Amino acid sequence: MKDCFAALFVMVGLLGVSLAFGEQDKMPRYKYQNDALVYAEIAKAPEKARAKPNPLEKDRDAIPGGQNLFEQHCSECHGEIGEGGKKGPSLRAPQVQNALPGAIFWILTNGVVRRGMPVWSKLPEPQRWQLVSYIKSLGVAPDRAENSSSTAAKP
Amino acid sequence: MTSFPRFGFLGCFILLLVPICFPLTTRAQENPYIVAYDHYLEEPGNLEIEYFSTFGTQRGGNDFHAFWAEFEYGATAWWTTEFYFDGQTTFSDSTVFTGFRWENRFRPLKQEHFINPVIYIEYENTNGADKILKEVEGHDVESDYADSNALLRKEHNHEFEFKLLLSSTHKGWNFVENTIATKNLSGGNPWEFGYALGASRPLALKASAKRCSFCRENFIAGAELYGGLGDRYSFSLHNTSHYFAPVVAWNLPSDWTLRLSAGFGLNDQSHRFLLRWGVSREITGFGSIVSRLFGGHR
Repeated sequence: MKDCFAALFVMVGLLGVSLAFGEQDKMPRYKYQNDALVYAEIAKAPEKARAKPNPLEKDRDAIPGGQNLFEQHCSECHGEIGEGGKKGPSLRAPQVQNALPGAIFWILTNGVVRRGMPVWSKLPEPQRWQLVSYIKSLGVAPDRAENSSSTAAKP
Repeated sequence: MTSFPRFGFLGCFILLLVPICFPLTTRAQENPYIVAYDHYLEEPGNLEIEYFSTFGTQRGGNDFHAFWAEFEYGATAWWTTEFYFDGQTTFSDSTVFTGFRWENRFRPLKQEHFINPVIYIEYENTNGADKILKEVEGHDVESDYADSNALLRKEHNHEFEFKLLLSSTHKGWNFVENTIATKNLSGGNPWEFGYALGASRPLALKASAKRCSFCRENFIAGAELYGGLGDRYSFSLHNTSHYFAPVVAWNLPSDWTLRLSAGFGLNDQSHRFLLRWGVSREITGFGSIVSRLFGGHR
């Protein structure tokens, strides 16, 4: 019985520490929600990775397959149609939609671990390209397109 | 021995209750390994609840059914923490709670590389009747488990276990190499060593357009090889046990993952046969839900 109490004590302590630590880790994500710093991660993709074309670009099943994967693995953080969520930025921002497929693939593969996005290399390469196809098919959200054009019009 | 049923029923009740209370789930893409680890950590804020069973044959004693429950939580994208409860039934003997483990895995590198390291640190508080064989190290051999539970429970292990997990992914294949170093703080036990190797691949690399249970990409098949490497004073294969186990995981669209492994002892010091199976379910956003319960704003 002593072991049971010790186990419960450790478990409750562990949960508290994890949640407290997790909270600290998540604070910046609200701050960076619409910040250029988040999207700047895309620019960190090496030239070689960016130059990779999407091998499934003309595959008719790529987008529905990618949508299936997105709903399972991505929508919790990035929103149901990539509009952005509490944990992840919008994928319908011009910075994402105008990025090269290879750069998005690189982000999926490597994650942004220090900002809370896990690596997704556990999905086989073709599945990651299916996700890229789906993300690119979402297009720029109308409100973001307006913001981006009004920003561009300013001197 | 008498306290186990009450504790066991409570544990099973909690295991069943948690997925019902927190129905937000996501389909996991879990690897099939039961002993070896790859470099993928739990997604931040998610809780994975797992149950595993091991049926083992025992020469010179009674066969056994060992089992454990795991609670795996993604604290951050680079830190996963996990808690285990272990127990076992030795046929014609008794059912006993054998202890708990607290495991932590840290990912030191920001990006993916050809070989990806993860640091693993575990504290174990178990007794000698623990038969889950989650890792094999030192001179662990079959005859160690032949005694009755009453006798085995008298031995207490307060162990720190360190592992270097190396993992690579190439063309859909995943390869893992784990090295183990263990120190039992009870008594003057030396450092003990072990290893676990694994390889696996999904049966299909592209995702289907529709969710389906029997699509080939839902199945990941592979094999693992694990065993002991002796201790500080006798680092060798002499008097050690080794196992080879084909493994398969089935990632169901209903958010459950099933795993099956048939392990075969490779020498006379090993159990002849270890049949393992496991079931797990991932709860998305568990951290946020709990935080909100306590007035947080995640």
